[in-house]
Amino acid sequence: MNAEPAVSEHRDSGAEKSIPKVRGQPLVKLPDDLYIPPDALEVFLETFEGPLDLLLYLIRKQNLDILDIPVSKITEQYMEYIQLMRELKLELAAEYLLMAAWLAEIKSRILLPRPPAAEEEPVDPRMALVRRLQEYERFKTAAETLEALPRVGRDLFLAQARPDVARSATPPPPPALRELLLALREALLRAELFARHTVAVEPLSVRSRMSRILERVERGPARFEELVDPAEGRAGVVVAFVALLELVKNGLLEVFQETAFAPLHVDRPRARECSPMEET
Amino acid sequence: MSETDIPPRETAGRIENVLEALLLAADGPLSLDQLHKLVGEEFGLSRRELRERLAQLAERYADDACELKEVASGWRIQIRPEYSAWVGRLWQDKPPRYSRALLETLALIVYRQPITRGEIEDVRGVSVSTNILRTLLDRGWVREVGHKEVPGRPALYGTTPQFLDDFNLKSLDQLPPLPEVKDLDQLEAALARLGQGAVPAQAAQEAVAQESAPEAPSAAVPPEATLH
Repeated sequence: MNAEPAVSEHRDSGAEKSIPKVRGQPLVKLPDDLYIPPDALEVFLETFEGPLDLLLYLIRKQNLDILDIPVSKITEQYMEYIQLMRELKLELAAEYLLMAAWLAEIKSRILLPRPPAAEEEPVDPRMALVRRLQEYERFKTAAETLEALPRVGRDLFLAQARPDVARSATPPPPPALRELLLALREALLRAELFARHTVAVEPLSVRSRMSRILERVERGPARFEELVDPAEGRAGVVVAFVALLELVKNGLLEVFQETAFAPLHVDRPRARECSPMEET
Repeated sequence: MSETDIPPRETAGRIENVLEALLLAADGPLSLDQLHKLVGEEFGLSRRELRERLAQLAERYADDACELKEVASGWRIQIRPEYSAWVGRLWQDKPPRYSRALLETLALIVYRQPITRGEIEDVRGVSVSTNILRTLLDRGWVREVGHKEVPGRPALYGTTPQFLDDFNLKSLDQLPPLPEVKDLDQLEAALARLGQGAVPAQAAQEAVAQESAPEAPSAAVPPEATLH
């Protein structure tokens, strides 16, 4: 990441002409507070991984040694960047402000004379910062090393001759409403055959039938035919069917068909959104 | 079936073929344990002999586009890295690039495991986004290995065998060591200078020694990888 514009590109080429001129004056040395267009800045400010990263950048940019940080100079520059970030309305993480406060504290502690007879061992306030910067730099480098390691899927490919085991995980498609109605028709037709024998009309409740169907399905998937009892007659079948529809509508059950024309099965819902009813 | 049923010499090539077939058909690396369970008894092979067979299979791949490689979870057959660029042409989409934030977090977990989120944040100086940890967990490179017994019981993170597999490693100590703090003498001098003599040289030296001890990742390796 190098945000410095290419002003210095041709500086070493020797020829007088190639020395860039600013307001008629040859520019032999880059200004310390090099102006970076805000647009460019916005791009590269966001690439900092936090205040430590930004500080490291400021130190490295000037070829300074971490161990010899001129705190007041770095603090000034750091604050300039923070100010810029604010002007650009970049959302400023609290960590950046915390670091700013820390830098200011270090600076003030250096400036203030220490009472000669201080009890505690005076420690250079910069030391903690130096340690943190060094520690961070180690892992920054380690991250780069990790990134450079060969990685499966990027630089390494596995040889495989895995047999394609026919075990498709795709669930069977939900049956169309037509299938459901056909199944109803079948059941009704069969119920017709028993119609004559219905003697006592048991009060049929959709609710209680819903519970019965649910109970049955708790034990495992049921065939549609199992859930309707033709012996109950037309009304019984209708109640069962309505109860089933109600359960499916409430998402408590799911109707599915393994293949076309296969028997309809009813089961507890699997992780699937569409119910046959929604298709109509 | 006993050893006498199959004379070792005649079946040598066949055993290697069987091993090769298993490794090619398997979903992932096969450990020595798994291989031994699959074929050890049949061919009357001890683990050590099985390892020898694998070495011979590896030799067979010497001039091949593929190689037999032992990683953390076991053995696998992979395309030699020098052909990766060619193989990469098969696919349009590039593998995901990971952000520096993610890689730095991963580096901290790799070299400082078990480590809490807070400890990662201490070194990096920024908060670790939940997304980063989730990506690492989802990728199977990192797992929760426990909880630190401090208030809040934060989760401790460590790397997985999958991480080693994906980075082509058998164990963590194959990783390049964590870069040391540079220029020890200079550091010492600087520390002394920073302390302006206030810090006893002894303490500074100790601090330096602590900082600079070359740090190899601890050898938290799955059992398969430590068998020899």
